[in-house]
Amino acid sequence: MTNASNDNHLFRPNSYIGRTVPRPNAKRLLNGRGNYTDDTKLPRMVHVAFLRSPYAHARINKIDKNQAIKAPGVVAVVDGHDIAEVCAPWVGVLAHLEGMKSAEQHALAIEKASWEGEPVVAIVASTRALAEDALELIKVEWDILPVVTDMEAALGEDAEIIHESLGDNLAWRRTMDAGDVGASFDHAAHIIEERYISNRHTGVCPESRSIVADFNSADDQMTIYQSTQAPHMMQSLFAKHIGLDTHKVRVICNDVGGAYGIKVHAYPDEFATVALSYMLGRPVKFVADRRESFLSDIHARDHRIDTRVAVTANGEITAFEIDDWTGVGPYSAYPRTSAMEALQVLNFTGGQYRNRNYKGRATVVYQNKTPMSQYRAVGHPIVTMITEGMVDDAARAIGMDPLEIRRRNLIADDAYPTTSASGLPFEKLSHQASLDKLEKMINYAELRKDQAAARERGVYRGIGIATFIEMTNPGVASYGVGGAPITAQDGATVRLDANGNTTVAIGVTEQGQGSETIVAQCVASALGITLDSIKVITGDTDVTPYGGGTWGSRGAGIAGEAAVQAGKALRKNILEVAAIMLQTDADSLDICENNVINHRDGEVRMPLSEIGRICYFRPDTLPPDFQAELVATRHYVPRQYPFAFTNGVQGCYIEVDIETGLIAFKKYCVVEDCGRVINPQLVDEQIRGGVVQGIGGALFEECRYNDRGELLNGTMSNYLLPTMTDVPDIEVAHIETPTSESELGAKGAGEAGTGAAAAAIMNAINDALSPLGGKVTQQPFTPERILSAIGKI
Amino acid sequence: MTTEKRLISLSVNGELQAKIVEPRMSLADFLRIELELTGTHVGCESGVCGACTVNINGQTARACTMLAVQVEGDEVTTIEGASESGEFRDLQDAFHARNALQCGFCTPGMLMMSAELLTQNSKPCRQEIREYLSGNYCRCTGYEAIVDAVETVAQTRNARVGEQDD
Repeated sequence: MTNASNDNHLFRPNSYIGRTVPRPNAKRLLNGRGNYTDDTKLPRMVHVAFLRSPYAHARINKIDKNQAIKAPGVVAVVDGHDIAEVCAPWVGVLAHLEGMKSAEQHALAIEKASWEGEPVVAIVASTRALAEDALELIKVEWDILPVVTDMEAALGEDAEIIHESLGDNLAWRRTMDAGDVGASFDHAAHIIEERYISNRHTGVCPESRSIVADFNSADDQMTIYQSTQAPHMMQSLFAKHIGLDTHKVRVICNDVGGAYGIKVHAYPDEFATVALSYMLGRPVKFVADRRESFLSDIHARDHRIDTRVAVTANGEITAFEIDDWTGVGPYSAYPRTSAMEALQVLNFTGGQYRNRNYKGRATVVYQNKTPMSQYRAVGHPIVTMITEGMVDDAARAIGMDPLEIRRRNLIADDAYPTTSASGLPFEKLSHQASLDKLEKMINYAELRKDQAAARERGVYRGIGIATFIEMTNPGVASYGVGGAPITAQDGATVRLDANGNTTVAIGVTEQGQGSETIVAQCVASALGITLDSIKVITGDTDVTPYGGGTWGSRGAGIAGEAAVQAGKALRKNILEVAAIMLQTDADSLDICENNVINHRDGEVRMPLSEIGRICYFRPDTLPPDFQAELVATRHYVPRQYPFAFTNGVQGCYIEVDIETGLIAFKKYCVVEDCGRVINPQLVDEQIRGGVVQGIGGALFEECRYNDRGELLNGTMSNYLLPTMTDVPDIEVAHIETPTSESELGAKGAGEAGTGAAAAAIMNAINDALSPLGGKVTQQPFTPERILSAIGKI
Repeated sequence: MTTEKRLISLSVNGELQAKIVEPRMSLADFLRIELELTGTHVGCESGVCGACTVNINGQTARACTMLAVQVEGDEVTTIEGASESGEFRDLQDAFHARNALQCGFCTPGMLMMSAELLTQNSKPCRQEIREYLSGNYCRCTGYEAIVDAVETVAQTRNARVGEQDD
């Protein structure tokens, strides 16, 4: 136990830390009383629809708006030049990604469109339907240009250059060379080369991106209702690009219907909506329809990776080498860039293993497809697919059991603190203990017997193991140092009211993962009150302390710690008042279940409601030189480590039907170590939901393009998502290795499920197919690809 | 595109409504915009995801692929009505206890379908639950908690029936 003894309130028997409690805010959602952004209705509100480019690459010669402006209900028709007068363009680069380049991007395309779906003209009308009607009256003269689709061809000599000002289509390239890879390959017993492909997919939030912007010119105030993960970031960006002072912009984020990283970016159509409200001086609503979502939401994970692994005859992995290519659309996303996936692939590959020889190259290119950027588990599914693919490649080459090769090569649990070959600092992880736990949980030995018996019957079953690392609790190294207005810090303000109840305002947001519940559990435990006496407020830049929002698995670890510290500070303030009222020493008192009690014997001295009553209504009864402070604010940012790595392992047992190529799950287990578990049920559900999102990418989801850069499956009918019958029940277990950076000791858990699912499934399929000499390395692992791998088609 | 508006009369959550609507207006938009019943959600606009599921004359239906003018004279129940009548309070409680929802966007539709399943099959096995709800997409939970919650309610209702029989 690291810091457990620092604050016995967090870990005493009646603490809420480590307890499953239901989410208070879930009840309104169950009653249909959620308040999502599209539910917002304001006086004089109008609606915007966008004409989007039907071509992946085309020059805009002329836009004729004359007929559209006369259409029924139409309030305004604006193009890129009009919007540019009120909304400044942006460039999606960060200073710490040295050498990165991107072109200036506008809210509405000017001169040319660079992907199918790029917004070109906005029509504002009294209803969305009338705005869409008027779209048909816009006449655009296009000059169709050659397109760049393939990522490697993008850097070819004949390639069309998307942005002439950049000189070529290279966005960013970084290399890494640690240890002595050359010598390792020279001396290896086996060298296994492979090409892995991860195809494009996207978040498909059930609630599409939605925003209502309401500019009131009388007080120069822009109020924005937005389905977002990062209200303060959006406040800074909208203020900057519209040219308002930050305090004149208020971003309110009510209920969010799924985000998964998709809603942590700044989108051109959302900038346009805010600009339109500024131009018109009235509320403007934009809700992406599903087709628009597929064309304009961030896509992710489009990577092609050549790998090479060296292994000795006794199973020691002595080198990893990767060459990663990714195509990220025509612009780097704003403000987080489109290079983070590649950066994480380069930095994280092989990070759970002892091997010190690692060489890698990451190449990020521009192409005429929807922009790519961060989506849940940024880069991790690719990292884990290639790392664990390479380890299984090595195991097969020397005939070693997949568990055994991992046991021999994973970093030992007593080796911390340590670093990866690429230089990642690891405070303390539990790879070996996690692997041991998974082996028992999945009943590995029995599964191997069952697998062998099944093969006798001509049934092909396979076990897939994927160990992983997950980056959580990001510090300033992620974005702040690169110059983006993205804080790594979060803050909590805790206030005792006159009736003894508590309100907490905090910078993280709630998208259903339970942020508000976790925060309430932290404050209740630190302060000594019951959960039913707490209300948590999130998602309002005018109200909450400045915070980063909810992304990067930072809610529990960073906001949770801020909540703990604020709760402790308020407890101290309350006990100071109580000591005066009770004429005793503050150290002799404590707070438990909404009462001030004697620290020594637990005797109840006074309810908190009495503290509230005296401080607010009868301060005259307190000493004249004493002012009670029943509000406390505390902030927290991790400083010692740039991020808190977590770890774990996923294992699955599947059956492949070699006639149809279909897969059936027979067992799915996850062991995960996110440090201190605050609410076991919420953590488990994060893992389960994450795994199923990972299964989506592994088996079903793919944004399919033709060679003209046109998206072929932009509806939910032909973009396949995991449904209830596609996925298994998932067993989840934990090892708890708290971080000693914070008192709470929590790390993140939101992305661990997604990060390793594809790797576990790929390894299971390949284990099943190995007697047939087949192997799949391209996601999604569709029936067609499986049948093709075994020569059936 | 403007077509002649039409008067429709129907019962929504037990209240009689008469509204003049465009023939092209979907039932989902009618409920959300005209009646401000925002608990019915629009996810895919093509009848695939199930977020807009409501009950019409005792049967579930996708409000995004129906027109408002098609429900003339019908009885429509939305999540708001079902919550107020308490007709599946036990399902809502079980979803809450089991955390069978995260963002909550799919939840009203998921509850409408779950309620219908339990009226048709009082003892569904897990696979039957999964099959009945397979047209309702959830992107957050991974579905297992939803299956657990529905299974729990089925068992509890059956136990209650068993006690009455005793």
